[in-house]
Amino acid sequence: MPQVAHPAFLVMGAYATYVLAGFGVDPLLAGLLLMPVFFVFGLGVYQFYYSTFEGRGSDQGLRGIAFFFGVAFIVQVGLILVFGVDQQLVDASYIGSSVEFGEMRVPERMLVAFGVALALTAALSLYLSRTFTGRAIKAVAQDEGALRLMGANPVRIKRWAFGIATATCALAGALLIIVGPVDPNLDRLYIGRTFCVVVLAGLGSMSGTLVAGLILGVTESIVLSTAGTSWAPAVAFGILLVVLGVRPAGLFGR
Amino acid sequence: MLRFTVGALAVLGLIAALPLAVHNEYWFFAGYVVLQYIVLATAWNILGGYAGYVNFGTGAFFAVGAYTAVALYKAFALPLGLQILAGAAASGLLGFGVGMLTLRLRGIFFSIATIAVAIVLETVVLNWQYVGGAKGLPILRPAETPFFGNYTVWLFFVMALIALVAVGSARYVETSWIGRGLRAIRDNEGAAECSGVPTLKLKLGAATLSGALMGAAGAPYAQYLSFIEPTSSFSLNHAVNALAMPIIGGMGHWIGPVIGAVLLGTLQQVVTVTVSSEVNVLVVGVMLVVFVVAAPEGILGLVKRWKKASSK
Repeated sequence: MPQVAHPAFLVMGAYATYVLAGFGVDPLLAGLLLMPVFFVFGLGVYQFYYSTFEGRGSDQGLRGIAFFFGVAFIVQVGLILVFGVDQQLVDASYIGSSVEFGEMRVPERMLVAFGVALALTAALSLYLSRTFTGRAIKAVAQDEGALRLMGANPVRIKRWAFGIATATCALAGALLIIVGPVDPNLDRLYIGRTFCVVVLAGLGSMSGTLVAGLILGVTESIVLSTAGTSWAPAVAFGILLVVLGVRPAGLFGR
Repeated sequence: MLRFTVGALAVLGLIAALPLAVHNEYWFFAGYVVLQYIVLATAWNILGGYAGYVNFGTGAFFAVGAYTAVALYKAFALPLGLQILAGAAASGLLGFGVGMLTLRLRGIFFSIATIAVAIVLETVVLNWQYVGGAKGLPILRPAETPFFGNYTVWLFFVMALIALVAVGSARYVETSWIGRGLRAIRDNEGAAECSGVPTLKLKLGAATLSGALMGAAGAPYAQYLSFIEPTSSFSLNHAVNALAMPIIGGMGHWIGPVIGAVLLGTLQQVVTVTVSSEVNVLVVGVMLVVFVVAAPEGILGLVKRWKKASSK
């Protein structure tokens, strides 16, 4: 499915967290609270996408891409119109303080975000490998027809998967704004990062995404500190281009 | 073909006569943007509409054309015509490279790769000090204006010429065997390859032509603004417009992108002046989604349906 609006939903999650945090809600809790809302939103978006494009069947590729691209664009401009182009921050007890490990000082917000992200990835990976629905989600990517023969409805499975992916955006968005300030134009950068990680890992490989995320993060930091900040945006996209050109299956793809 | 050529020459003649009737320079300033979008939308449609490869990197092609022209203008004070040819050549080369990507990438992965190309090139230009880097570079227009006595009017005329070339080549591609081959690729690339359609050659040709036309549209950009700067040259707005205009106008026919560009381009100029430039961008996004959902064949499709209904 051509979901290019995913990074836009991520930034939307960050802004929703920002709004809730404005009422004094802890950003992490806000992210968790937003998950069901985003889940339902995701279900709705997929249902709409299905009934207008996949259901009709004709030439859905190009128009599907254009649709999600348009949605991403509307989200981005909508955020600019509502919040302005300025960067936004949230505040919580663990933001601003840091923990010392011998020589190193690690900001606490980074640790919190890292822990939650790791837990979320582990939970998703368990869900996808252990539960019936989770396995069905992996199966629908491989062979829709076969899934239908096994008595599962591929449309329902995809809608469910879309809902989960969008719900993840809520929590990930909360982490994003915990780690650093957020502005509406981040979305474009995260198209590169998201696809870079996914493609580098190999589609559908959960453990691969951790490694790929690590590779990207470290490379970005190295470039940031050696070549200067102005080169940083090109890193994710550069890696993405190379991987797409050389090995589209990714590091861990089959 | 003859009818089209005569029509094109007539349009060009009308445009050349326009300065006699219109004296306010603003109309040419605004009209230039609409013409530029006709070129971009038509060029996008050659690869996107006919062959089904969605290019998100219009900004990259546009900016490569613009920056090639600027670099050559700064280095050798090349005249505008040669700047445009050089810009088109550079972007055509980039188009060839992007065409090579279609070897392995299809659908959404191709589209993401084109965004990647745009961002990587933007970063390179941001760090390229000769053409101003992130600060941008002011451009002094040549003191002499070849025709019309006013440089903006002259650029308007040049862009009209490029637009006619673009629409003419799109029309040629569409009506010849090339267009049939590209449509076969769009509908089923595997089946097309098996039936003897030279898919790679056609895709490379379409990508090169599309890129070259976008580059030609970008080449006079710096002269038009008397200034060049990476963010607006590589702007995602170019990509969204180039994608939205053919979809809104109708992708099947060469006139579709022209209709879309004239409609959306004019609307944007009006909204930018009367409301704000952010709302103007929102208008494009909303119209794109509305059309893709409610009228997938664009305005041409609506007209066709309406004709069918009224003939019954």
